[in-house]
Amino acid sequence: MAKIILLFLKLLGVLYTAQAVFEDQVGKFDWKQQYVGSVRFAHFDNQIQSSKKVLVATEKNVFAAINTRTGELFWRHVDKAGPEGNIDALLLQGQDAVMVVGDGRILRSWEVNVGGLNWEMVLDSGSFQSASLVGHQEHVKYVAVLKKAAISLHYLSNGHQKWIENLPESDSVDYQSVYSEGKGEVFVLGLVPHSHITVVVYSIDDGEILKQFTVEAPWMSDLQSSCSVIGKGMLTCVDASSLSLNMLDLHAHSEMNQIPLQSIGLEASSSFRPVLVSSQPNAARPPLSEFFLQIGPDQHVLLQLNNGQILTLRDFKPAMLVSFATTGEKTVAAVMSPKNKTASSINLFSAETGRRLLDTTLIFTMDPNGGNPERLYVQAFLKKDDSVGYRVIVQTEDHQLTYIQQPGRVLWTREEALSDVVTMEMVDLPLTATQAELEGEFGKKADGLMSMVLKRLSSQLILLQAWVSHLWKLFYDARQPRSQVKNEVTIENLSRDEFNLQKMMVMVTASGKLFGIDSKTGTIVWKHYLDNVPSNAAFKLMVQRTTAHFPHPPQCTLLIKDKDTGLAMLHVFNPIYGKKSHVTPPLLPQPILQSMLLPLMDQDYAKVLLLVDNQYKVSAFPSTKNVLQQLQDVASSVFFFLIDADQGRLSGYRLRTDLSTELIWEVVIPAEVQKIVTVNGKKANEHVHSQGRVMGDRSVLYKYLNPNLLALVTESTDQHQERSFVGIILIDGVTGRIIHEAVQRKARGPVHIVHSENWVVYEYWSTKSRRVEFSVIELYEGMELYNSTVFSSLDRPHAPQVLQQSYIFPSAISAMDATLTEKGITSRHLLIGLPSGGILSLPKMFLDPRRPEIVSEQSREENLIPYAPELPIRTEWFINYNQSVSRVRGIYTAPSGLESTCLVVAYGLDIYQTRVYPSKQFDVLKDDYDYMLISSVLLALFFATMISKRLAEVKLLNRAWR
Amino acid sequence: MPRSVTIHFAVLSSLYFLLLSRFVNCNNGRRIGDSLDAELSGFSVPLEHSFEVDDVTNFRVRGALILKPGREQSVSLSQNQLSEEDRIKLKEVAAVDGLYKVRIPRVSLQADRMEHQMEGHLTAFVRACAMVESHLSDVLMLHTDVSGVLIAVSIVTIPGACRGTEVEDEVDLEVFNTTLTVMAPVSAPGPETAFFLERLEQETEKNRKNPQEQKSFFAKYWYLILGGAIFLMLSNSAQPPPGGAREQS
Repeated sequence: MAKIILLFLKLLGVLYTAQAVFEDQVGKFDWKQQYVGSVRFAHFDNQIQSSKKVLVATEKNVFAAINTRTGELFWRHVDKAGPEGNIDALLLQGQDAVMVVGDGRILRSWEVNVGGLNWEMVLDSGSFQSASLVGHQEHVKYVAVLKKAAISLHYLSNGHQKWIENLPESDSVDYQSVYSEGKGEVFVLGLVPHSHITVVVYSIDDGEILKQFTVEAPWMSDLQSSCSVIGKGMLTCVDASSLSLNMLDLHAHSEMNQIPLQSIGLEASSSFRPVLVSSQPNAARPPLSEFFLQIGPDQHVLLQLNNGQILTLRDFKPAMLVSFATTGEKTVAAVMSPKNKTASSINLFSAETGRRLLDTTLIFTMDPNGGNPERLYVQAFLKKDDSVGYRVIVQTEDHQLTYIQQPGRVLWTREEALSDVVTMEMVDLPLTATQAELEGEFGKKADGLMSMVLKRLSSQLILLQAWVSHLWKLFYDARQPRSQVKNEVTIENLSRDEFNLQKMMVMVTASGKLFGIDSKTGTIVWKHYLDNVPSNAAFKLMVQRTTAHFPHPPQCTLLIKDKDTGLAMLHVFNPIYGKKSHVTPPLLPQPILQSMLLPLMDQDYAKVLLLVDNQYKVSAFPSTKNVLQQLQDVASSVFFFLIDADQGRLSGYRLRTDLSTELIWEVVIPAEVQKIVTVNGKKANEHVHSQGRVMGDRSVLYKYLNPNLLALVTESTDQHQERSFVGIILIDGVTGRIIHEAVQRKARGPVHIVHSENWVVYEYWSTKSRRVEFSVIELYEGMELYNSTVFSSLDRPHAPQVLQQSYIFPSAISAMDATLTEKGITSRHLLIGLPSGGILSLPKMFLDPRRPEIVSEQSREENLIPYAPELPIRTEWFINYNQSVSRVRGIYTAPSGLESTCLVVAYGLDIYQTRVYPSKQFDVLKDDYDYMLISSVLLALFFATMISKRLAEVKLLNRAWR
Repeated sequence: MPRSVTIHFAVLSSLYFLLLSRFVNCNNGRRIGDSLDAELSGFSVPLEHSFEVDDVTNFRVRGALILKPGREQSVSLSQNQLSEEDRIKLKEVAAVDGLYKVRIPRVSLQADRMEHQMEGHLTAFVRACAMVESHLSDVLMLHTDVSGVLIAVSIVTIPGACRGTEVEDEVDLEVFNTTLTVMAPVSAPGPETAFFLERLEQETEKNRKNPQEQKSFFAKYWYLILGGAIFLMLSNSAQPPPGGAREQS
């Protein structure tokens, strides 16, 4: 009995190594940034003059309200990822925002003040075409949803369906838009491409077809992109081939009236497809009779429809972007035109007359590291003197939102590219100027004893000066309340801290924008937009030179590869300042198959990057003479592997001295049976502290630490739940030798895998038990090491012992990684991103194939936890307490200068950075450590010794006299 | 007792490996010209090797793998001796640290699909010096996938290291001493729920059998409580309160 209690206590001690955050530590070591993604629809909430809200719906299926004062989010709703949650339309009416979601599957209405859901309706199936607000007698009461074969009308107040009607001849006619002007009718416009337009008019009251007619339009191929309703029911279409406007009065069904652009004095190039921009400020009234026609990449014309005649109000050239905005009864047009290379100006024009409004110029300074403006959202408001004032949001190609007020003051910017981080690295910050000075002293060649001494003295003086100023700053800051102490992060004061806890996060986003973020505060230090990145690019970020080689600047290389063609390019930059390096990367004319960073360095301490092209030729970067010489020397020990997942072919190559390659091994996994899903090597910067594990009987079980080991995951092509399986193959990347091959039967992906030290942890979906399961494989050499000095894949004839165990995990998983520390002494934890937004820090100890089913004296000695099939999820294991991270895509871990501490970044829709201490902070004194007590005790002891020594001396002397 | 776990563990792991290697067949080579017909009841595919001084690949026949159809996948190997010329060449290749490669065609070990050859080869290599220094004792391992198709071949020599020892005797390099193993994928274990539940049940059973365990707190520790109470009483009586003493007098 006592034994069991003892064991229980021991286990308790073992289990509670993970610690939670204290309340006062919240936000001290961690930060979170929330993003919404690239904006698709944006509407300013103009209901109240004082409203400071912009509602956005994004490509990431997020609906959010942004505070226009600060740029922060008021609230945010994250829908399902993928086409299911895709936001098709966003309509704003008063306090209600109506949204069509998931290809017309769901109609939702939100209350915009607090972001609460008013109602939600599931619509009939059918692919979504268009949605529009429908007004009746000066009030907007309904929303019309047009689908492929039906149109339905819903009440705005409660979402109930007023009526639904099938569209006539819907299999031949492609209905594309719906229009109403508040007169009791709903117009549905359809098109038979290259033939005719069909107009169906429904009655608002009961859905009865009032009118139906067709109009010949043999030139038209798409209605939505080329047509718009202008003024009182005048359908206006632009024909790119004949360069003319075609007008059709929807009320009096006549023929189309063609007006050549030349007849109204406009010259348009035939290569550009003209675009119409119109505005309908109120759904209960007809649209404006003024509209923009874009007739060139940078030419817009403001036109007016007046009694069937088209008048040119104003010609804007050059003008990049135009937009209408309405406040009260006034409608204005905002036009953005380039001013000089780095700035554009935005001006307001009266929509009715085309006259420029006075004092409405706004300067938008373009970021040289950003993209070109893409869209313009204008928030117009009436000033006290009844003139129109405005602010704008400019959306640029790199998904940045900038909110500007007159005369050009940027109120805030949001970097929405960060909602789609693809890969990242953490780079050490450089030394401060004084530290660099000291370093520089050692770097230089000796020139005489005297000058060396002088130099040393001067640098010591500088250090002393820096220390004094640092002390003064500490003293000064201590007197001020904490909230007033500002710690602004700029490039100038970025420097490494004592324990290397602050680093530079280099983040690569899918849009091709690179960011440098300070890991301590989350401040964006630099950004750089690469505008020539293909849309389907794959990225690989490599640190070629760290900050450790002063005076050489650190250097990162980004390999950008087009997934279809395989063509790649390199972007070389300084990860601290974001500047493009002066080193010119090689041009890569051939598709690239494989890249690898060798531990070799050139004379400037840059690691050598090898690129293998589709002719199996290897090129090196940098490719100086020195590098080529070194490569020749080590060529026979440079091996690499290629994987063709489509054919299931794995092949290994060896480098020859002339940088050609030789095929040395081939493994073919038949693609008809299983397909390769992931290949996972080990992290290059990982350290393993202990070579083995001490067993209960004091013998040692040695780990199989093969740095070349690859973990390959395959999934069966047969998806039937009885026959599907997940395969795990451990293969040596140098010799192509299969170390272990296992199949997890009745299992299916997606598989998440972590490969580190001598273990592989993977997670899969069990189709038989319908649950998520974890499995761990550990490899051991046995009781003795084959060759304890060095590991060579070429000389390990004996296969390792393989142990495996599986567990049930009570949640799905979205990302997984393991903690990483400087020396690998600290115990490892798995960091698991859950779909709920939590990040769980699960001790690796729970995933140990040696967990015994029956507890014995020895397993107790080893601190092995008795086997239990289910892995627990404890709330105190969540490292991000209530800071949920939406849609975690990846978790990045980096060691810090403290052995106990590991830096963690979780990215997805949000970015969350924190520190974890898997074995608690064993090398750090606690915050509340009592320095006073310990120093006073020390002092007291010191004096006590002094006094007692004196007393002893006196006593001895006295005794001697006696 | 402390030993037993390790032994247990070792036994388990060796059992595990025995289970893995379905069939082992050694063949110590045969003279050129020996009839192979006796073993040709199955289907045979060539085992080829290549070793050249200038790192080009030139595969020549080393022997034949004989795949016997049947319920048990069985493979045996018959191979030729190394000729005088080849022996010299192999030593030359070993001197320049060249590679010794072997390859087999992609085939299925399943009886019904054995004749069906797929395109391509499976290749593996070992350092030529290791081959020489081990006196041609190598271990060939054939890996199959779930459907019995060969996916990989691997070759290691025992001993595996190149220590630069000179092989004087030419006879040592004549005959291959090959161990052939076929490895099929292992079934990875699922969570052991059944065993765990059984153990839980056993524990509850045990508790039910030992009603002592289910006694109340007082029933369990009555002696401690009693002892404590007596101790308290004794200590009280030993030191009578001073007030009481005064009352008595």
